[in-house]
Amino acid sequence: MIEVQGLTVRFAGVTPIDDMSVVFPDGTCGLIGPNGAGKTTFFNVLSGFVKPAAGTITAFGQNLLKVSDYKRARWGLRRTFQTEMAIEKLSVYDNVALIHEHSGAKRATRKDDVLKAIEFVGLETAPHAKVGGLGARERRLVEVARAVVGKPRIVLLDEPAAGLPDEETAHLAQVIQKIPGEVGALVILVDHDMSLVSACCETTAVVDFGKLVASGPTAEVLRDEHVMRAYLGTETPIDDSESGSGVGAAP
Amino acid sequence: MIRGLVIAVLLVIVVAAVPKLVGADWITTFTSVAIYSLAALGFGVLYGRVGMISLGQIALLSIGCWIGTRLAYATAIPFPLLLLVVGGIVCLIGVIIGLPALRLSGLYLALITLMFAGATTVVLGATQFPNGGHGFLGYTSNSSLIGLNAVRRPAMATSDVAYYRYVVIVAAIMFLIALVHVAGKPGRAWASIRESEPAALAAGVNTVKYKLWAFGLSSFMTGVAGCLLAAQIGEPRAITFQTQDSLTLAATALIGGIFSLWGAVVAGLFNQLLPFIFQAQWGFNPNFLLILFGAGLLQVLLTAPGGLTEQFPKDMANLGRLVWRGVRRLSPPKKEPPESAKETTEEPT
Repeated sequence: MIEVQGLTVRFAGVTPIDDMSVVFPDGTCGLIGPNGAGKTTFFNVLSGFVKPAAGTITAFGQNLLKVSDYKRARWGLRRTFQTEMAIEKLSVYDNVALIHEHSGAKRATRKDDVLKAIEFVGLETAPHAKVGGLGARERRLVEVARAVVGKPRIVLLDEPAAGLPDEETAHLAQVIQKIPGEVGALVILVDHDMSLVSACCETTAVVDFGKLVASGPTAEVLRDEHVMRAYLGTETPIDDSESGSGVGAAP
Repeated sequence: MIRGLVIAVLLVIVVAAVPKLVGADWITTFTSVAIYSLAALGFGVLYGRVGMISLGQIALLSIGCWIGTRLAYATAIPFPLLLLVVGGIVCLIGVIIGLPALRLSGLYLALITLMFAGATTVVLGATQFPNGGHGFLGYTSNSSLIGLNAVRRPAMATSDVAYYRYVVIVAAIMFLIALVHVAGKPGRAWASIRESEPAALAAGVNTVKYKLWAFGLSSFMTGVAGCLLAAQIGEPRAITFQTQDSLTLAATALIGGIFSLWGAVVAGLFNQLLPFIFQAQWGFNPNFLLILFGAGLLQVLLTAPGGLTEQFPKDMANLGRLVWRGVRRLSPPKKEPPESAKETTEEPT
């Protein structure tokens, strides 16, 4: 469980996160909001790239803000990025092994763990293939494999389905759904694809202008009046079967 | 496995056969090629692997040469130990120079390191190289002073040919050390820093440690190269090291290919062999090479970012395919069997 209390981030005159308090229970949690709402900034605070002006983050009893940035991977924090960051010059295996060897996992189990992570995400590509020669889907899956290798406690997925067609997003949804059960990590998923969020997340938090608008079970949150107004700009409830990409249209 | 075998055979040829095939001036040039390949290797590790551009390689080479010369005159330590000590000292200096790289990158880091190269040239010019004189600097302009010997070489390699072999073997060891780094944990960490520093941090890479490690390794190899150069020249002079040489080294390293260790060998050949051929063999002014390097760099940056070591095999493969197509076109087409024969085979009665 992650408990965020009174989190505030300021960049000069801008406050991308403003006194935000939220709890992410175990399992897969969604974090949604319009562009500029503060979602990626929140991930950057969790990763240690941004120092908050105020507030605390307690994850599994540990004050996460006390852990220095690069040591958070060793602690068990993993993340993917909005713009996919798999390393082109390295092979699929080396991309995943990099995380394993810097996260304090045992060297003896490296090969097995890395190959298991590649298999877990359903990547059919040969492990020795260079990432530079892979397509967008494979590269996204390499990033997810990097996030689940070893023994992660928290996996942050920042728009993992961006730019993927529907059938590939469906495969990604299956992979994300398996993470809490098989890997044992708490997942926070940021995405604009509501069908992906609905399919994967038991609970969802909605932020807007750096403030928490709503949080709770995903189905309830997506029908919340404030969420409609703030995030979707409409008061029509979302109907997944009609929404196509998942984002409801204004009447 | 096969690649390792090919490299071993090549090394044997370079060490054993080359001295029997070429003259003394070529051997001296090839010794310089091996030494400058190490300096280019240092540049390649920093820029090709970590993405940090350093234009101070020749300055570090000259510092290695200075320290090597000074220690060779002042002490009687065995030559291999001398190489290690000089490499270690230059490694420390390199790490200190690398400190700004923790905050700066790209053009700013390039400028800082170039300024360092310029400052080194000025200091070396003012203090001269040690020549066996007394005092802290070990330099005297009094040519009649006893003890103005050339910088000593290892006892087992005093002749030019033996020293050439010694330098090639030391260079091969340095390349092996670089290869072990690149293929292992540091290489993966460097690749992640090069791709994206935030992503590297998120992967658990201690970016400070690995950046300084790269500077340390690069400087160690360049320091060893400097010490080898001191013993090769015998009487090093400040004029041997010009600030613009750092730029030429960077250009030739890029032309050779910074993503491959072979690129450093090509850079060494371009840096030392081409001027020798131009000047000593053909009688041209080697400064014309700057124009050639400029054009080559432009070509590489526009069409082949991987440099010659990546592009040359591709070009050869394309040429091979072109020749094969031409041969097939020129060869007479096979005769079709007569229609009646076809029918007989298809419908036996």
